[in-house]
Amino acid sequence: MEGFHSQDSVTILIGFVVSIVVIRLAYVLYWSGRPLRTLSQRVSTLIVLGSGGHTAEMLSIVNVLEKDRFVPRFYIAAGTDNMSLQKARVLEESLIQKEEIGNKKDIEKIACFEQIYRSREVGQSYLTSIYTTLVAILHALWLMLKFRPEVIICNGPGTCIPICLVAFIFKVVGIRWSSIFYIESIARVKRLSLSGLLLYKLHLADQFYVQWPQLQRKYQRAHYVGCLM
Amino acid sequence: MMTTGAVDLEKKKKVVFVTVGTTCFDALVKSVDSRHVRNELKKRGYTNLLIQMGRGSYIPRKSTMQSCGEDESLVVDYFTFSPSIADYMRSASLIISHAGSGSIFETLRLRKPLIVVVNEDLMDNHQSELAEELADRKHLFCASPQTLGQTIETMDLDSLLPFQSGDGLPVAKLINKFLGFPAE
Repeated sequence: MEGFHSQDSVTILIGFVVSIVVIRLAYVLYWSGRPLRTLSQRVSTLIVLGSGGHTAEMLSIVNVLEKDRFVPRFYIAAGTDNMSLQKARVLEESLIQKEEIGNKKDIEKIACFEQIYRSREVGQSYLTSIYTTLVAILHALWLMLKFRPEVIICNGPGTCIPICLVAFIFKVVGIRWSSIFYIESIARVKRLSLSGLLLYKLHLADQFYVQWPQLQRKYQRAHYVGCLM
Repeated sequence: MMTTGAVDLEKKKKVVFVTVGTTCFDALVKSVDSRHVRNELKKRGYTNLLIQMGRGSYIPRKSTMQSCGEDESLVVDYFTFSPSIADYMRSASLIISHAGSGSIFETLRLRKPLIVVVNEDLMDNHQSELAEELADRKHLFCASPQTLGQTIETMDLDSLLPFQSGDGLPVAKLINKFLGFPAE
């Protein structure tokens, strides 16, 4: 009879935990995408840079954001991407020159540049991709615990997926509520990228932006923002 | 010292710049290098062909001023990479490019006539979507390596419409609104 009782309490405990997680999940999914009501002066911002054209598009957004509102800024790029962080540094340094952000010493308090392991290289076998994706998720977890940003801005490619996954888990667990903004690439006119599809279907992004009207008609929770370039 | 004839040639130089970015696009380089395409370019009044061939393995046939004296064919040169191809683009009269969005928008910003050639060998060729959309909107011409010659023959450069550059302002507005920041 004792065995029966402890089995019973374990089952109840598991049931209890699962219920809490499900309720919390429902709460997160309900509130994701709803405009925030709390007003803050500053929001720490994580900016995920993809390679090449993606970086150019992302920096064109960062360029027009209010620099004293979206601060500190954490830039993350894939380990194999050599150019993106450099371009971000150039942008931040030019802001100092324009005296938008004080002197050179302040740059450390304002901007941070980090590399992240890439989940999958172009052409990599799907088998080894499972391992590298896990590594990327762990690295994303490390970076997200370090920065705990209030805002995440990303535009694919895959570099942003581990980060958005971790951010979502943080929402559910209550570590940090990050508002996630995803902007689909200008090269996507009729079909979403894999990253975009994942973030859209799983409701991982709070707001989803597309640059062509065809995509907005197809994915109605997306916002049409015109061409960034 | 330049002869009068050479000086005249310099002035009337019309350069076609071909770029494949950081990719390998042998099909395009081969097509541009073909007699058919070279002839069509010559017929349209172009004098020079400069090919940026990236990681490709196909080597085009060079052709210098001296060797084309009497038969007046195109002057052809090539290179693999350059830290910045902006200068080459600026001095070109026509640009033939792979379908990378960076190349496309850099060219459109410079207001140069552009033929985009889509690489059909690429897996998951989403790049063609952008090229086709911009061609539908008459901002550039779209071709395959096989139809490039025909496109050059029939293209009407006056039919091209300039592309209005965009910016990140609509995105910034929406982000600010969502976060509850006051509008500018």
